[in-house]
Amino acid sequence: MKVTMRVNGAEKSGDVEPRVLLVDFLRTNLLLTGTHIGCDTTSCGACTVLLDGEPVKSCTLLAVQVDGREIKTVEGIAQGNNLAPIQIGFHEEHGLQCGFCTPGMMLVGEALLKRNPNPSDDDIRWAISGNICRCTGYMNIVKAVKHAAQLQAETAKAPAKQAAMAGGGE
Amino acid sequence: MSSTMHMHGGIGESIKRKEDARFLRGKGNYLDDFVLPNMLHMAILRSPHAHARIKSIDTKAASAKPGVIAVVTGDLMAQHKLAWMPTLSGDTQAVLATDKVRFQGQEVAAVIAETLYQAEDARDAIEIEYDILPVVTSPEGAKAAGAPLIRDEKEGQKDNHIYRWESGDKTGTQAAFARADKVIRLHTFYPRCHPSPLETCGCIADVSGVTGKATIYMTSQAPHAIRTVFALVTGLPEQQIRIISPDIGGGFGNKVPVYPGYVVATAASLLIGRPVKWVEDRTENLISTGFARDYHMTGDLAVDKNGKMLALRVHLDSDNGAFFADAQPTKFKAGLFSIVTGSYDIPTAHVTADGYYTNKAPGGVAYRCSFRVTEASYLIERLVTNAALELGIDQAEFRKRNFIQPEQFPYSSATGWVYDSGDYPKAMDVALKQLGYEELKKDVEARRKKGDITGIGLASFTEVVGAGHGAEFDILGLRMFDSAELRVHPTGKALLRLGVKSQGQGHETTFAQIVAEELGIPAQDILVEEGDTDTAPYGLGTYASRSTPVAGAATAMVSRQLRDKARKLAAHLLEADEEDLVWERGKFYVKGSPEKSKTIQEAAFAAYTNLPEGMQPGLEGVHYYDPPNMTYPFGTYAVVVDVDKGTGQVKVKRMVAVDDCGVRINPMIVEGQIQGGLTEGFGIAFMELITFDSEGNCIGSNFMDYLLPTAWETPKFEIGQTVTPSPHHPLGAKGVGESATVGSPAAFVNAVIDALSPYGITNIDMPVTSDKVWAALRSKGVTE
Repeated sequence: MKVTMRVNGAEKSGDVEPRVLLVDFLRTNLLLTGTHIGCDTTSCGACTVLLDGEPVKSCTLLAVQVDGREIKTVEGIAQGNNLAPIQIGFHEEHGLQCGFCTPGMMLVGEALLKRNPNPSDDDIRWAISGNICRCTGYMNIVKAVKHAAQLQAETAKAPAKQAAMAGGGE
Repeated sequence: MSSTMHMHGGIGESIKRKEDARFLRGKGNYLDDFVLPNMLHMAILRSPHAHARIKSIDTKAASAKPGVIAVVTGDLMAQHKLAWMPTLSGDTQAVLATDKVRFQGQEVAAVIAETLYQAEDARDAIEIEYDILPVVTSPEGAKAAGAPLIRDEKEGQKDNHIYRWESGDKTGTQAAFARADKVIRLHTFYPRCHPSPLETCGCIADVSGVTGKATIYMTSQAPHAIRTVFALVTGLPEQQIRIISPDIGGGFGNKVPVYPGYVVATAASLLIGRPVKWVEDRTENLISTGFARDYHMTGDLAVDKNGKMLALRVHLDSDNGAFFADAQPTKFKAGLFSIVTGSYDIPTAHVTADGYYTNKAPGGVAYRCSFRVTEASYLIERLVTNAALELGIDQAEFRKRNFIQPEQFPYSSATGWVYDSGDYPKAMDVALKQLGYEELKKDVEARRKKGDITGIGLASFTEVVGAGHGAEFDILGLRMFDSAELRVHPTGKALLRLGVKSQGQGHETTFAQIVAEELGIPAQDILVEEGDTDTAPYGLGTYASRSTPVAGAATAMVSRQLRDKARKLAAHLLEADEEDLVWERGKFYVKGSPEKSKTIQEAAFAAYTNLPEGMQPGLEGVHYYDPPNMTYPFGTYAVVVDVDKGTGQVKVKRMVAVDDCGVRINPMIVEGQIQGGLTEGFGIAFMELITFDSEGNCIGSNFMDYLLPTAWETPKFEIGQTVTPSPHHPLGAKGVGESATVGSPAAFVNAVIDALSPYGITNIDMPVTSDKVWAALRSKGVTE
């Protein structure tokens, strides 16, 4: 079957069997390997992507279900070379170790900040509770999302500062 | 700009991680991200039964399925003498079953096809007839009269017993028990759990039909050791094997062993002449790869009337599954379990262990643990709390009364370990102060009077990490040293290659910092590479908290070696005497004339452009470090819990963790390791369980049954520290990756037992779930 979707702002299409999972379409057909597979049972969230702005687990959606809709993956978070606030937050607060859960965590964090720009610790913990991290113990992920919220608030106040937000390692 | 780009990045600086850049952008290179030209996919058919004889295997229908290139069975592997392989514990393990299956999930056949979907379709078309046999799921069952013989193929194997092992002084311990005023006994089961890294295990085998070179991409924590094992198993010449461990999505011990899938994929690539990818799904990972623990332990602690410990006696029955494939140093059948006297000055001890085969998955690995130190630490810390409660002595006071004192180091333990350094009372005091222990005790007393169930748990663990020394510690004869190779380029930038392999620990940053400290080149100018056996120096890998103790020491030593050469180069440039030069991080200057100086970068340039007559050009070196002793990190953890009478639910109110891992190279990364380890310890204490029904079906075979802590359950941790350097490590560092998982389960459970102690409850085995607590309370007549 032919499927067409907007992925990270660009139209992508492919010819897939009806049973092909969205995560396999992204990874195998589009070579967007930043979306990971961790459990196959919708439990771990390593495969999280944004579907029309909402976090979904791409191991439990068929590619054909997403026909005509909009997907954002980790590869679409940065604006060109500039890291987005959520990425800066994860870097500055040591919110990642092995990096395997990080794409999903960042996308959930970004979606949370869109609907709640000033979340509490519990708001963040609840939002990321469908995503498992085996390395960090979550404390620094919570800090990372808060860091991003702070950066966004500062940018909203003084848009000129945005240029200074590049970075995130080398 | 990253906030730390301007920093030098020496020891003690919390610089941000160099490796983050690719992970933040979704550009990590994990095993499953690799696509090689012409690559095939492999799916493994596993046994649905825990114990059954294979009557027949019919692969005809599967072979005819679309896209199928080959169906591999045990018989085919046997033709190439690869149906069985050696384990890391001196046993053998089936690669693909030929005679019978011995655990649910055992590898029986494999399909290689053009796509993964096709391989899985064909796998489902393989027909196998089994004769089901009786099942053994515990050491108790294994030793029962008339128990089925699991390893009937092993010559001379008449029962399910694997090994008997002992340590310490039996006679002395018996004598000490005879004069004890009191003996406290604890029988506890540390259940089977699973490291469950978020990325499962896998490989891509690419054997060239032209050169015969086997390049194997593999999720391996120990690529060099794996290369040697592969050479021994397959008979391929070792220079023709290249193992590449790419970015690894967590390991926690699960990625140390050699798994049958690696061997089958390699054999298939060799026979077919195309690359073959095999990646487990989560269920395969949980039911067939390296589990952890599964120790049934009985401890007796003898004390005198003053509350001084006199002796410790421990016996354990180990459930090793169908093949004895524990990943551990060769001479240690029960790992380093004999460290079980822990932080206490116990004059004499005797430890015995029996290992048993059962119809469960093989491969006891150390889940974020240095070879069974976790089980040992759990037993002694639970026993000490139970003893304090029974003797009516405050838990902290009882520990302090029996701690090995700071002036006793180096300390020789009753089971033969030589502890390098420690200050246990200090770590305890810092933890108690941070907790507000004295106030809290009053609060607990007051709340108990009102009928609340609340308690405080302590654990003062001592770890033993950083193997070797190589004469004592080896893997299949390979001494447990590690290595660092440092190349300083003409422009003063450097490449550091190591024999260890990061799985998230931040090696690219931490090891650059060691060079930054020792050689003065800023951390951002140092590229760290690991995991490719064709380029990195030989090492034994990353597990058992050994990277900083061993490869970190190697990095310091090679840096110092190059600094010595740089000194000669600087003397040459300054036309000064070598002895007159003073080293200040990053430069040499002439004593008394600080303006006459040469930077390390200038010295490096001179190594290639302007050197003294007779000196070998270049600024490169390699160091193989065989540590003189293990390191002994320690700490005190304190937990406060409330228990709901009606539901049995335990709520962790506070958790204070004071760690002493010696000198901290990057405190941010160290704290990250501790927070992660505490979370895994929390999961083990309250949630994680791999268990089996009477037919040997694995319960806990997916993340809906095997429960891992999410952000919602996980408590917030309060972190503290003391610093007692290791006297024998060049930097004074001890290693920290596993302390928190070793020390914290006992602290969590001790808090629950302290809370339940007024009702006469002395033990609940992990995971301490609500239903168990509820049942324990009801058994004592406690209702809402």
